[in-house]
Amino acid sequence: MNAVIHVNSKDNLVTCLRPIKKGEKIEFEGKTYIASSDIPKFHKMAVEDIPKGGYCYKYGQIIGEALEDLHPGDYVHVHNLASTRGRGDLKA
Amino acid sequence: MKILGYRRENGTFGVRNHLLILPTSVCATDTAEKIAAQVPGAIAVPNQHGCCQIGSDQEQTERTLEGFGKNANVGAVLVVGLGCDGIQANELAKRIAVTGKPVEAITIQGCGGTLKAIARGGEIACAMAAKLSTEVRTEGDISEIVLGMECGGSDPTSGLASNPTIGYVSDKLVSLGGSSILSETTEVIGAEHILAERFGDPAQREKFLTMVHNVEERALKLGEDLRTGQPTPGNKAGGLSTIEEKSLGCMYKAGNTAPFQGALEYSELLPLDKKGLYFMDTPGQDIDSITGMVAGGATAIVFSTGRGTPTGSPIAPVIKITGNTDTFNNMPDNIDVNAGKIITEGATIKDLGEETFQLLVEVCNGKLTKAEALGHREFGIYKVSGTF
Repeated sequence: MNAVIHVNSKDNLVTCLRPIKKGEKIEFEGKTYIASSDIPKFHKMAVEDIPKGGYCYKYGQIIGEALEDLHPGDYVHVHNLASTRGRGDLKA
Repeated sequence: MKILGYRRENGTFGVRNHLLILPTSVCATDTAEKIAAQVPGAIAVPNQHGCCQIGSDQEQTERTLEGFGKNANVGAVLVVGLGCDGIQANELAKRIAVTGKPVEAITIQGCGGTLKAIARGGEIACAMAAKLSTEVRTEGDISEIVLGMECGGSDPTSGLASNPTIGYVSDKLVSLGGSSILSETTEVIGAEHILAERFGDPAQREKFLTMVHNVEERALKLGEDLRTGQPTPGNKAGGLSTIEEKSLGCMYKAGNTAPFQGALEYSELLPLDKKGLYFMDTPGQDIDSITGMVAGGATAIVFSTGRGTPTGSPIAPVIKITGNTDTFNNMPDNIDVNAGKIITEGATIKDLGEETFQLLVEVCNGKLTKAEALGHREFGIYKVSGTF
């Protein structure tokens, strides 16, 4: 079983299929990524640079936008990835 | 493909033969439960509404109760009202009786109190149970199944394994002439542009998109971030970050090949003359959503979960499938199928789709799902607005 699954080639995030330790080297599709923090099983890791406000992709589709600059190997979840939908809280 | 079930007077085909004790309002729910307790096998649903509702909200509750009574898995119905409640027992009974199945109605006020209502209701229910016990399964076709599709307690394995497995089952059922229902409008937000392409009829496509828009608009009008409740804390703990991510995984339940025939209102009866894949406007909350689909005619439910959930239905078998092997091992009494093998053992979606389809056939023929064996009968009606 691979450590991660890259659902769509357009995706800048992958899903980890087992718990990943901070500093662990993840190799897939001919590239090496170093996890910048622990990542729980089935949670997501960035595989590209994503600027703050940039879109995050999974299934080849937008799943939200980055709340900070993200780098390959970063753990991506609710702390740094915001939904773009149903945001009544942002209404003026 | 043949299955064994119960041919109803109006030609519909059920896979269970339930005796339903149907309270018209919350005021009659406790009494209905006491009547059901007198008659082994009788099922009362815990209706929490049915009075002091107005307009579309009242209609939705009544449509849901009517749909439960009409469902092909129900062989006979006793409607129990208080008497002065917003939904009138005689009226509801009449609407259900057009199916031709045995339907009777009583009210607590009309009987002269709780004890007399329990006695009268018990007599009627006993006679109905005796009649139902003489009915035997006869042959029907797999195309007569209406499959409701649900996901709940989702995690990232739902989108990767269990929902695509359900999608395979739905595609296969529709290809054999059957019907299936995708639901949970909230969990379409972020994926609607993909699903919309599969509606052949532009008017139905527009209706579908309006349903999704209206749900999102409710969160906007409240001035809240949808993420305060959707995804849920458990979804997030499992690894789902946003409603878009959840929705894009949820939509795999709709499979790949079947076009959408139409978009149904909550608990709207699925057209009997035009089978295939439908969308129904239900909330992401599982209990209300399943209740809506069963009221719309679903006779079996297939339910995908990542975190694990016990949910059943009062009158429809619910098959539980997880994409998470840890969850399958953690909750063995609740989960019927382990699609986690797709992730951990390299099994294919087709492998698990065939396994689940075979189980669906067995369940339709009478095998109890784990939710049925445990007596899970969750029931909830989606509200349009608050009670007055």
